[in-house]
Amino acid sequence: MKTLLKILFTALIAISANAKEIKLLNVSYDPTRELYTEYNAAFTKHWKAKTGDNVVISQSHGGSGKQAQSVVNGLEADVVTLALAYDIDAIATQARTLPADWQKRLPNNSAPYASTIVFLVRKGNPKQIKDWDDIVKKGVSVVTPNPKTSGGARWTYLAAYAYALDKNTKNDAAAREFIKKLYKNVPVLDSGARGSTVTFAQRGIGDVLLAWENEAHLVLKEFGADKFEIVTPSLSILAEPPVSIVDKTVKRHGTTEVAKAYLDYLYSEEGQDIAGKNFYRPRSEKAAAKYAGNFASLKLVTIDGEFGGWAKAQKTHFADGGTFDQIFQP
Amino acid sequence: MTPAATTFRAPPRATHRHPTTEPPAVRRLLIGIALGFMALFLVLPLVFVFTQAFAKGIEFYFKTLGDANAWNAIKLTLLAAAIAVPLNCVFGVCAAWAIAKFDFRGKNVLLTLIDLPFSVSPVISGLIYVLVFGAQGWLGLYMNADHPKFPWLANWLNEHNIKIIFAVPGIVLATIFVTFPFVARELIPLMQAQGRSEEEAARVLGASGWQTFWRVTVPNIKWGLLYGVILCNARAMGEFGAVSVVSGKIRGQTNTVPLHIEALYDDYNFTGAFAVASLLAFLALITLGLKTWVEHKNAALKEIEVSK
Repeated sequence: MKTLLKILFTALIAISANAKEIKLLNVSYDPTRELYTEYNAAFTKHWKAKTGDNVVISQSHGGSGKQAQSVVNGLEADVVTLALAYDIDAIATQARTLPADWQKRLPNNSAPYASTIVFLVRKGNPKQIKDWDDIVKKGVSVVTPNPKTSGGARWTYLAAYAYALDKNTKNDAAAREFIKKLYKNVPVLDSGARGSTVTFAQRGIGDVLLAWENEAHLVLKEFGADKFEIVTPSLSILAEPPVSIVDKTVKRHGTTEVAKAYLDYLYSEEGQDIAGKNFYRPRSEKAAAKYAGNFASLKLVTIDGEFGGWAKAQKTHFADGGTFDQIFQP
Repeated sequence: MTPAATTFRAPPRATHRHPTTEPPAVRRLLIGIALGFMALFLVLPLVFVFTQAFAKGIEFYFKTLGDANAWNAIKLTLLAAAIAVPLNCVFGVCAAWAIAKFDFRGKNVLLTLIDLPFSVSPVISGLIYVLVFGAQGWLGLYMNADHPKFPWLANWLNEHNIKIIFAVPGIVLATIFVTFPFVARELIPLMQAQGRSEEEAARVLGASGWQTFWRVTVPNIKWGLLYGVILCNARAMGEFGAVSVVSGKIRGQTNTVPLHIEALYDDYNFTGAFAVASLLAFLALITLGLKTWVEHKNAALKEIEVSK
């Protein structure tokens, strides 16, 4: 028995001694799959050149809210790269594994790239959809995920709300009526952005997909530009998908330095270039200029300016009994 | 039917039709409906899976299956099944043996509990483990809180980086849970039907308990056990719901084959998803083949016994 234990113990030590390479887990939201596949390869190369260490980055993808919940329940993410600040706030308040002011630690509200919400329609735009007013019309079938679980859907909802506010001279009741009409046109609420895209593009359901700008461009790339076209509305929201290290986890894993570098490198020219290439709006002027052709200019409202920040928006609109629950009847 | 057979057919006796047979039209209709239903809901999807899997050619098919993440998913699925099936096999035999051969208090409670994994949704089974072992669950609050109740245990787990939920142990636990009843459920009716007379005879003739088990009980339940193991294995490898909740979906680490299929599908890699799905379809076909073989063996064995 004693020898058996000894063998087990030496085996355990041998395993831990062999694992010299650094491991990082990035828990992210749905549409970033392609972005991080490319970025991880670039960062691994950069880190190897800089320190000589091998870093192996694992990915987990899913609806932003759901991913945050997994991290709260113990999914050992070294870094989280989610769709919106509220989901990282939830990790900070529920699991207390990172400080409440995490968003101030990196530039641009900790969002190394931005995006917005646009429309994807079938080729030729058969329903003549030009702006938000056209998608609330009777007989238009709209595909968008569930704001309760999806980050992109929450940005979408708020973009529509901001448009309605803008049009109705800040009248809340009118905006609410507008949103109600919009969600009446939604036949399926998928749980994540990727599910909705597959519903629209692969299964052929709906006349218009309300999508992340990067996701809409990706559909053109993956399914062919001859099948779909992107319609940019007159007004949308500046969506800032933030990133953060999970302090307690990286401390325990001993990966603080590499995790920080991983996020910092997103702001480097190479990181920004990869973001632009994957249809995220880069923050650096150089990358922004390079990919300017991909991004239509439109009026963008911000979450802080229009809705008083995520905490307030979440409480008013998406919490149990909030506006979304009041206006949406399946 | 051959023409000869028609010639020697007995004279028509439509009026004396056997009371338990239906008119031919009804029979054909029923068989037609059953076969049509099968074709539509079983054969067609199966054919679709395979045509989609090879849509981009055989090279792409093997490239997808040879991918590191796919290979990892296959290994993880095999590992989970390799742990869950033998454990449930031992448990199933113990439980069936206890229930069929002995009378004790709480027997019905045990019977009901065995059925529990069948009656709850797999998603709930997964959530149970998150609630127990998750960072905000019972274990988590003992282990990972700022002031753990058993610091030495927390330290030891952290030092050796042992995780349960969102790691391999959680996946194995969830798999065990959902496949728990298969062997026991298969054996209980069989052992109950066989009764305990043979075991009693063996004991009277001086066999020890262990000898009775190996020489009398096991040969009797052999085929039923195998049948249960096959079903248990199929479910263990195909389980999605419970595993999806506890996996955390880390690519190349905690994705099982069904979860890897979902990930590929969501990556717009539809052909890849179907290529991996075809593995599970193969497994289903093999399971069906084995199942038929075991049933056949079982029936043959029974016939011999009857003729004896």
